[in-house]
Amino acid sequence: MKKEKFYQFKGVFYPLLFLLITLTNYSCQENKASTNGKFIKDASKIKVFGEMIAELTDPPFVPAPIGNRPAMKLYMEMEIIEEEAEMADGVTYMYWTFGGTVPGSFIRTRVGDLVEFKIKNHPDNKLPHNIDLHAVTGQGGGAEASFVAPGHEKTFSFKLINPGLYVYHCATAPVGMHVANGMYGLILVEPEGGLPPVDKEFYVMQGDFYTEGKFGQPGYQPFDMQKAIDENPDYVVFNGKVNSLTGDNALTATAGETVRLFFGNGGPNLASSFHVIGEIFDRVYVDGGDQINYNVGTTLIPAGGAAILEFKVEVPSNLVLVDHSIFRAFNKGALGIISVTGDENPTIFAGEIMEGIYKPEGSIIQNMPKDGIAIEVPKDLNKSEKIEAGKKLYMQACFACHQANGEGIANAFPPLAQADYLNADEDRAIDALIHGLSGEITVNGKKYNSIMPSQQLTDDEVASVLTYVYNSWGNNGSEITSEMVKKRRR
Amino acid sequence: MGKLLAFWLCTLLASYTSAQHVEMVLVNEGIYTPLYGSAEEGQVSVSAFYMDVIPVSHGDFLEFVREFPQWQKGNVIKLFADERYLDNWTGTTSFPEYLKDKPVNNVSWFAAKAYCECRGKRLPTVDEWEFAAMASEDKADARRDSLYNVGILRSYEKPKTYLTSVGQSPKNYWGVKDLHGLVWEWTLDFNSIIITGESRNNGNTDRGLFCASGAVGASDLMNYAAFMRYALRSSLKANYSLTNLGFRCVADTENYDLITKK
Repeated sequence: MKKEKFYQFKGVFYPLLFLLITLTNYSCQENKASTNGKFIKDASKIKVFGEMIAELTDPPFVPAPIGNRPAMKLYMEMEIIEEEAEMADGVTYMYWTFGGTVPGSFIRTRVGDLVEFKIKNHPDNKLPHNIDLHAVTGQGGGAEASFVAPGHEKTFSFKLINPGLYVYHCATAPVGMHVANGMYGLILVEPEGGLPPVDKEFYVMQGDFYTEGKFGQPGYQPFDMQKAIDENPDYVVFNGKVNSLTGDNALTATAGETVRLFFGNGGPNLASSFHVIGEIFDRVYVDGGDQINYNVGTTLIPAGGAAILEFKVEVPSNLVLVDHSIFRAFNKGALGIISVTGDENPTIFAGEIMEGIYKPEGSIIQNMPKDGIAIEVPKDLNKSEKIEAGKKLYMQACFACHQANGEGIANAFPPLAQADYLNADEDRAIDALIHGLSGEITVNGKKYNSIMPSQQLTDDEVASVLTYVYNSWGNNGSEITSEMVKKRRR
Repeated sequence: MGKLLAFWLCTLLASYTSAQHVEMVLVNEGIYTPLYGSAEEGQVSVSAFYMDVIPVSHGDFLEFVREFPQWQKGNVIKLFADERYLDNWTGTTSFPEYLKDKPVNNVSWFAAKAYCECRGKRLPTVDEWEFAAMASEDKADARRDSLYNVGILRSYEKPKTYLTSVGQSPKNYWGVKDLHGLVWEWTLDFNSIIITGESRNNGNTDRGLFCASGAVGASDLMNYAAFMRYALRSSLKANYSLTNLGFRCVADTENYDLITKK
């Protein structure tokens, strides 16, 4: 009797146990599901078919996608060069580089690739270097195996077993200094079959720099260790210098194209609040991994981290890449442009459709001023009164860009102090205020290509603020009258 | 075996006296804490020694290879020097004239060691070198002097300093010149302290050897300059010849009399 019962119990138990095991197994595998929903194979067992020399590219470009190619043996070489180069207009810095650029050359691979990596330390270099690739599984990400004296080269090998976008950097003591001098870049490991195709791909990396002189101070600027330790950078830039992605260097796309940014943050210290003004990321591969977040405005990229950002550029405009820790963008250089050309699409962006007078009093019946525009500004000011009134207006409307003493901000906002462009033509100055100004201009021999919006000021206010500007900082002393302004209104 | 080798390397040992006399100065004995040590247990005492005032120049090294042709470019045993040995020399006993008073570079450790031995001297130890090099013009230990430290860091970043003539910098506290700012210098035991290529190892290795484990506590600027020197040293092998690496010799106090009196 007893035996029978036991068997019966067993009869139920075994199928249950089996089911339990299956379920457990299933849920385990579920956790390992990758982007495309396939179950992860053991990537270390992916077979390698053939070999080739990998193409590495300088920023902002990336090598061709891997497409459908099988895993291969890839040969790649990178030369380490210590060289002085431009940080900003008139400012130079001693960069330490992977491949002669900051960030270093972009490496594009696929999961399962077997890489033979040769690192060459130029004989003129003063220091040993190495490379730690975050995509590499093994001691120091290759740092120990690649440690190389000046004038020597090292070859090491690794298999890429995790897809994603990863930072690589130098890890020689003092590590912080090697990274601060520009020794970082990105390595992309595409999943099997590659990332979905897009129209444009770009490579952008943020980095913070610590110089003896303040932002914009001309001449050769040596590294400042104390500022680095204090995490107080003078420069926060994209692709190694101010203006690497503006003016003639702006990235370009056409309305309707899909764009993929491989964005990394070399640090050494700051995390980036990365944002593209005028766009929304349709897809963010969070931290460069498998998880995709949709419809993101600003994404956080840690130092030593990266993300893949995809968006469709819908309408023509200048999209502005910024670190939205915003003083870094406007005062330390973290600013870049994607210039989108093409046809307007009023369905998506109609631009300004109406201008009116805002009356917070609302219900109270108001008399419109008879001449239409002028409101509440004392009239018939003499020159010195205009200068006084103009100064206040300047501090409200102009100061943020043109700065307290009209010095402007190098490469972004032109100076007003002793500015040839200003002093040469009063009407042109009035036009700039009332109609705005865009496109390339040359001020005191330097080119500026950005946008000044039209200012919502009355004729008297324009007259005052311009008179103030013309009578300050060594300018020519002209007086602007309301009549002159009125004439220029269209 | 070692002695035999040394004998062979310096078969004309007696002839070192014929060589041009390079001025040496006394560095007094003292105690210091090296980069990798802790304040309590890591102190190292350095005995008094004599140190060359200036690094060995191309001119000095030319005399040496004339005397000892086995160290000439092209004749050197490959085991003792890599392909870049005396790279900028134009022949076995010639180099562009402008290099004459520039520090000799692209020399291997073997060659540097032989040079010093054939002059009756030796290479400095890391401790001796670091001890002498922590002196500014007026202090024996200037490691807390931020200006002095910044100057060193700057010079490490400056390119092509190996093309600077020897002996132009001011004397330091001991009377030694050019310890910073021209070339890195070989030390006798350059590879006894290892900053591992993976320089961030923390704790799972012999702390005395893997000095980056001390990085956590290294906060002053001097340590950053020192880190760079230790990193460079640990990237070397004895047959390496580097553009930015030269050497100078030292002598024990008892040998010094021998060198000068002859």
